[in-house]
Amino acid sequence: MTAVTPMINYFGYLLDGANWAWSTSGSIPHLLLQHIEYTLVAVLISAAIALPVGLLIGHTNRGAFLAINIGNAGRSLPTFGLLSLMVTLVGIGTLPVLVALVVLAVPPILAATYAGIRSVDRSAVDAAVGMGMRPTQVLFRAEVPMALPLIISGLRSATLQVCATATVAAYVGFGGLGRLLIDGLSFNAYDQVFAGAVLVALLAIAFDLLGAATERAVVSPGIQSRGTRRTRPAPASPPARTAGTSR
Amino acid sequence: MIDYAVNNRSTILDALGQHIWLSLVPVLLGTLIALPIGYLAVRYRSLYQPIVNIGGVLYSIPSLALFVVIPAVVGIGVLSPLNIVIALTIYTLALMARTVADALLSVQGETTRAAHALGYRPVRQLLGVELPMALPVMFAGLRVATVSSISLVSVGAFVGIGGLGALFTRGLQLDFIEPILIGIILSVLLAGLCDLALVLTQRRLTPWTRVVAR
Repeated sequence: MTAVTPMINYFGYLLDGANWAWSTSGSIPHLLLQHIEYTLVAVLISAAIALPVGLLIGHTNRGAFLAINIGNAGRSLPTFGLLSLMVTLVGIGTLPVLVALVVLAVPPILAATYAGIRSVDRSAVDAAVGMGMRPTQVLFRAEVPMALPLIISGLRSATLQVCATATVAAYVGFGGLGRLLIDGLSFNAYDQVFAGAVLVALLAIAFDLLGAATERAVVSPGIQSRGTRRTRPAPASPPARTAGTSR
Repeated sequence: MIDYAVNNRSTILDALGQHIWLSLVPVLLGTLIALPIGYLAVRYRSLYQPIVNIGGVLYSIPSLALFVVIPAVVGIGVLSPLNIVIALTIYTLALMARTVADALLSVQGETTRAAHALGYRPVRQLLGVELPMALPVMFAGLRVATVSSISLVSVGAFVGIGGLGALFTRGLQLDFIEPILIGIILSVLLAGLCDLALVLTQRRLTPWTRVVAR
């Protein structure tokens, strides 16, 4: 290897048209689609678990201690370790990868949902109760709309993490963009590794932009103007984030 | 599992030791670099959004890719532990730059105006009032950064340096559950202990939060 590697080397794999052919399996479009599929399925399953639990805990404020600690414990589980464990237990397949990714994505969604509901101004909730709303109405007509920015930001960061971590799955013979990383690594093909890194980062950015667009589409304009621009950090800060630390 | 742990004691302890410094040195470095960057994002508000966006992009690069691309870019060997340290420092920086900015922004206007009215000059106000008041939010971010750094280190095992991650690859290769379980347990315990240490430190540093909390 020469001391100075020409820049073009890094882009060699990305710029080679043969790697973009639809017909060959294992080509960039195939891996990309697989990666999108894993990410979406894992996030959807995680949301299906974490959203109802987070809403319930936030609304009743019961089991908050449990939610926070499960969240922290889940976050500290090494995904690669969990993946290895699942593979030795049930063998190579979709299940171990999905379990590892779901365990990764549940904590941020759960924590954000809980924190979002808890950070809703109590007087607004009281007003909703005073208007004669039943508990489910209070939850879905008052608390959820106001908590949406935080809930969506939880979903966005979960998606980001899952998208980046799904690459690890390639180590246990799985597809997705991780293949470029693992295969490139074993052949010392840095341009292939670089291609994988760039594509995963771009995909993550695309997912995040999609999340931002969704947020703009579903969050009520009244809350957006208050919640985004200037005071953007405020909703996520003292009441929400320190909820875990002070209790 | 106990037999395995006893028989392989030195391997496991070496892996744990490597895991500890591989994960904590980057947290320290990343946080130190994030402090001035976060401050700049607050001081020059137009920098806030770019810094948040760059952080998001950096965080979205898979760790596995960084571990492989960094040596090629920096010119060190793939097997150099420095590799993992740089990668995880980048993640901590990405996470903490925004956290520092958000933490400083979370300080109430009344507080800073009161400090100003008391005659605090900008530097003293920053160090004596705003920074301490920003600690709760900063610590919340630091806890996330620390815990995720500890759980990320193991991915380094793909390239041969991953602390406890070495136990995972070994278990996978031998189709053997013991090293994997031991690795996971130690990693979670380490994360829990560091998290606890941060919580206790924060309590000492910010006694007023306990009074304010309902």
